[in-house]
Amino acid sequence: MDLYRLFITTLRLEALLIYRHYSQVLNPLLFYAMTISLFPLGLSPQPQLLHAVAPGVLWIVALLSILLSLHPLFEGDFADGTLEQLLLSPQPLSIIILAKLLAHWLLSVFPLILLALLFAPLLHLPLAAMGTLFASLLLGTPVLLLIGAIGKALTLGIRNSSLLVMLLVLPFYIPVLILGAGSVALAGTGLAVTGELAWLGAMLVLALPLAPLAIAAALRVGIN
Amino acid sequence: MWLWFNKLTTSKVFYQFAGRLLPWLGALTIILLAYGLYGGLVLAPPDYQQGDAFRIIYVHVPCALLSMMIYVFMAVAAAVGLIFRIKLADMLVTASAPLGASFTLLALVTGSLWGKPMWGAWWVWDARLTSELILLFLYLGVIALRSAIPDREQAAKACAILLIVGVINIPIIHYSVYWWNTLHQGATLKLFGSSLIAPSMLHPLLAMIAAFIFYFAVVLLLRTRCEILKRERKSRWVLELKN
Repeated sequence: MDLYRLFITTLRLEALLIYRHYSQVLNPLLFYAMTISLFPLGLSPQPQLLHAVAPGVLWIVALLSILLSLHPLFEGDFADGTLEQLLLSPQPLSIIILAKLLAHWLLSVFPLILLALLFAPLLHLPLAAMGTLFASLLLGTPVLLLIGAIGKALTLGIRNSSLLVMLLVLPFYIPVLILGAGSVALAGTGLAVTGELAWLGAMLVLALPLAPLAIAAALRVGIN
Repeated sequence: MWLWFNKLTTSKVFYQFAGRLLPWLGALTIILLAYGLYGGLVLAPPDYQQGDAFRIIYVHVPCALLSMMIYVFMAVAAAVGLIFRIKLADMLVTASAPLGASFTLLALVTGSLWGKPMWGAWWVWDARLTSELILLFLYLGVIALRSAIPDREQAAKACAILLIVGVINIPIIHYSVYWWNTLHQGATLKLFGSSLIAPSMLHPLLAMIAAFIFYFAVVLLLRTRCEILKRERKSRWVLELKN
């Protein structure tokens, strides 16, 4: 079986599995909506203040939602033994992982980006920054997912691992957060953001080939 | 060479080797520390701008330097252990993690003690302070992962992967934080070209840095020896050692 077909088959299978358990996907989205609404309640509903914090809030809550959505990534496969079969199969594990992550991104992270666009006007983010918010999330969230999956794979089988994953992964999220939120804030003031977006793209290019290798290595450690 | 290296990494040989090395390293540490402290606190003149407050660099700079060095050391040791399956490497990593975290914390504390009179605040969200804080989180993450996995070999491998990912990410984190905000004074010591500091202030600083590195080596060897005894407590040579 050539790699392309392996990739497509895994992608379709994984997408179907996620689609059948869609409530798992909805929960992080609900978390996003509810947490965003806490900020005007906790800070103040003044438009100037919300306008100033909106880029950071939209990005931080997106980042936390992605961390929360990581849980079903390998846990189900680990529990029912599918993961062991995947490790034993002669196909390269990193390609299978990449397909799984793409399915996860398409079905549960992409709706999150749309939700962020929906909530941005509620936080008085200027319309001029909407395009940048979309582009920065489009480039940044795959990096977050890839790094988060490393953390998830490392803690496989540990009880109550969700919190541990956060502790391991959050420091690595900082560059993406700085560049992502920074680009949206710059766009709000009308400045050029191509530099920040290029950096986000560079991180994606770096993470895309390297992270699946780390995830594969971590899964092999967790299984034996 | 390879044979010698292989032999050294067996627990018993390393235990004896470290035992012989320790007095020398300890003596070096004390001599360098004595010279560094005397030179730094007594001989060096007060700074024309910062007065005597600058003297905290004799503790702060070595701590900050070691906090970064130890992480790289851990990553290299973990990678070597992962590739060549050397148990000793994991013991070194285990012993280093709390030391690295302590040096990072010390760098943060001494930095904020200096920051209060100089910048007028205990803490500012400056690039170097922030990356040091993130480094502390990275150390704590390694320690947390290590203690969460009960199986020792599995924990060693998982920590090794985390450390390798970390060491790739540290430059990215560092430069992104720099880009975000900076207030800290520029680097005083330069590897290439002349340093921006008078020789009478510089020499004690270099001595202190060397002293801290040797101190780290001493504590690392002590802790590793302890770890070896703990792990090999049922083997014959340890039991013989007891009697």
